[in-house]
Amino acid sequence: MAFLEISNVSKGFGPAGHRTEVLRDLNLSVERGEFVAVVGYSGAGKTTLINLIAGLQRPDSGSVKLDGVEITGPGPDRGLVFQNYSLLPWLTVRENIALAVNQLFPDWSATRRREHLEHHIGLVGLTHAGDRRPAELSGGMRQRVSLARALAMDPQVLLLDEPLGALDALTRATLQDEISRIATASGKTIVLITNDPDEGILMADRILPLSAGPGATLGPAVVVDLERPRDRKALNHDPRFKAIRGEIVGWLLGPGARKTTTVSRVLVLPDLLPENLDQPRTRFGVKRAPRRRSEEHRETVQVN
Amino acid sequence: MKSASAWVANLLMPLVGLGLTLLIWQLIAGHTEMRRQADGTTEEVKTGLVKDLPGPYTTWQKTSRYIVEPFAKREELDQGVLRFTWYSLIIVAKGYAIALLLGTPLGFFLGLSKSFSRMFDPIIQVLRPVSPLAWMPLGVVLFSNAGRSANELAALFTIAVCSMWPTVLNTAVGVRAIPQDYLNIARVLKLSRWQTLVKIMIPATLPYMFTGYRLSLGIAWLVIVAVEMLTGRIGIGNFLWNEYNNGLYTSIVLCIITIGVVGFLLDRGMSLLERRFKTA
Repeated sequence: MAFLEISNVSKGFGPAGHRTEVLRDLNLSVERGEFVAVVGYSGAGKTTLINLIAGLQRPDSGSVKLDGVEITGPGPDRGLVFQNYSLLPWLTVRENIALAVNQLFPDWSATRRREHLEHHIGLVGLTHAGDRRPAELSGGMRQRVSLARALAMDPQVLLLDEPLGALDALTRATLQDEISRIATASGKTIVLITNDPDEGILMADRILPLSAGPGATLGPAVVVDLERPRDRKALNHDPRFKAIRGEIVGWLLGPGARKTTTVSRVLVLPDLLPENLDQPRTRFGVKRAPRRRSEEHRETVQVN
Repeated sequence: MKSASAWVANLLMPLVGLGLTLLIWQLIAGHTEMRRQADGTTEEVKTGLVKDLPGPYTTWQKTSRYIVEPFAKREELDQGVLRFTWYSLIIVAKGYAIALLLGTPLGFFLGLSKSFSRMFDPIIQVLRPVSPLAWMPLGVVLFSNAGRSANELAALFTIAVCSMWPTVLNTAVGVRAIPQDYLNIARVLKLSRWQTLVKIMIPATLPYMFTGYRLSLGIAWLVIVAVEMLTGRIGIGNFLWNEYNNGLYTSIVLCIITIGVVGFLLDRGMSLLERRFKTA
C-alpha cells in the first residue's frame, strides 16, 4: 500500500438535484518521499483534490488514507502552502512561523524552538526580513514564508496548491528552482498542484494530468526521469523534456481529458397566433394579451 | 521636510476656512446698541440679520473668563469651561467603558452564531435608533431606588445603551468577515477553541472593532449633553442648559464650540488608535 492513497474518491458540490460532481472516481497513490505534480485546467477541481488530502473537505465516497490511516480532518502532519499565502497579517514573519512551531512542539525547550524557527527562516533566505509583516513583503517573499511555515511544522506530506500562481514570471522561475531544491533536500513527500505543465516537469518526479471538470479524474501518470538539479535553460532543448511535455499536453488537450456529454432538454417554442382585430381589445376593462399556442420540442444536444 | 504646498494645504487652507466662517458669523450676528431716548432714558436696540445670535467678538468678550481660567472653580455653576468638560468626560468614559464591555462580546456572539444573530438582530435594529432622550427617563425610573448615585447610574445606563450599537454591529461584521484561510490555519494547527479565539479571531476582528469603538465614542459624547440637561449633573451640557435658562446666549455658543472641539479631538485620537490596529 502506498504512503498516500486516494481510492475511488468522488466529490460534488451544490444542493441535491443541482449537484455538480467535481471529482469522479479519482485514484492516486504517492510513495513516501515522492514528489508528485497534478497538472490540470483551472477550475478542474485541483484545489478540491488538495483540500481532500488536507482534510479541509471530506469526500462523498471513496477514501483518502495517509500511511494507512483514513484522513478525517486537517492536521499538522500535512503542511499546506496556498496560492494566497494564508499568512496572518498582524504577525511578523517570525511570529507567523512561531505560531505553528510553538503550537506543535510544546515539549521542546524555548532555545530548541527558536533554533528550529531560525533554521527554517534561513532555509528560505528571509533571515533579514524576519521582523517584517506580510504586507511589507513581496508576493515571492510571502510565499517563502508560507513554505517555511509548512516545513517548520515538519509534516509528513507537503501540499502545494498552485503556490506560484499569483507571482510574476521571473519570481516564479526563481521560486520554482528554490522550492524544488529545498523540497527535495527535505526528503518530504510532496503533492504539487499546478496549471503549468512546465512547472510540474521542472519540479516533480511524476506528473498526473487531471482532466477538465465536471467529473474530473486523473489521466495516466508520466514519469519525469530527468536528473536533478534541473537546469531550466538546458531543459528547453532536451528532447526528453519535449517528449514528456508533449505527452502531458497531448493528453490534456486530447480526447482523454475531454468528455462529450449529451444533454437532452425540452424547448418551448413560442408561437404567436395572428390577432383578430375585429374583436374588442379590451373586455371588462381588462386588456387581452395576444393568445399564444406554445409548442414543446424535445431535443438532444452534444456538448464537448 | 514637507514641501511648501503641503503646508498650504494642511495648515493655511483650514485657517482660511475658519476665517471665512468667522466673517460670515460676524456678518449675520446681531448687535446690541444703547440708544438715548428723547426723555433721557436709554434703550437697548438689537439690530442685524439674526438679532439674538451673538457675534464672535461679543462671545469672546463675555465668555473669556471661562476660557482664560479653564479650570477655575468660583461657584458650583460658575466654573472654567474645561473643568465642566472634565466632569462630562469622566461620566462619558465610564458609560463608554460599559458599552464596550457589553458590546464587544455581544458582537462576537452575533458574528459567530447564525441562530443567535437571527434571534437578536431584529431587536438590536429596533433598539438602535432610539434617541437618548427616550432612554433617559427609563434609566431614571430603573435606578430611582439607588439613592445618591441614582443620577449617575441613570446617566451611565443611557450612555451605555445608546453608544454600544456601533461596537456590537461592527464587531459582528468583523467576525463574519474573518477569511476562511485564517480559520484553516487554526484547523491545521489544531488550535483549541480558546486559542483560535485569542490568536486568530480577535486579532482578525480588531480593525472592525476599533471602527466600532470610534463610532461609539462619538455617540457617547453626543449623548452626554442630553443626559446632563435631563439629570442636572454638573458638566458641559448642564452648563449650556443653565446659561440658556439665564438668557446668556454667548455661553451657549461657547459650549457648542467646546463640545465640538472635544468631540473632534476624541475622534482624532480614536482614529489614530484605529490606524495602529489596521492590518493588511
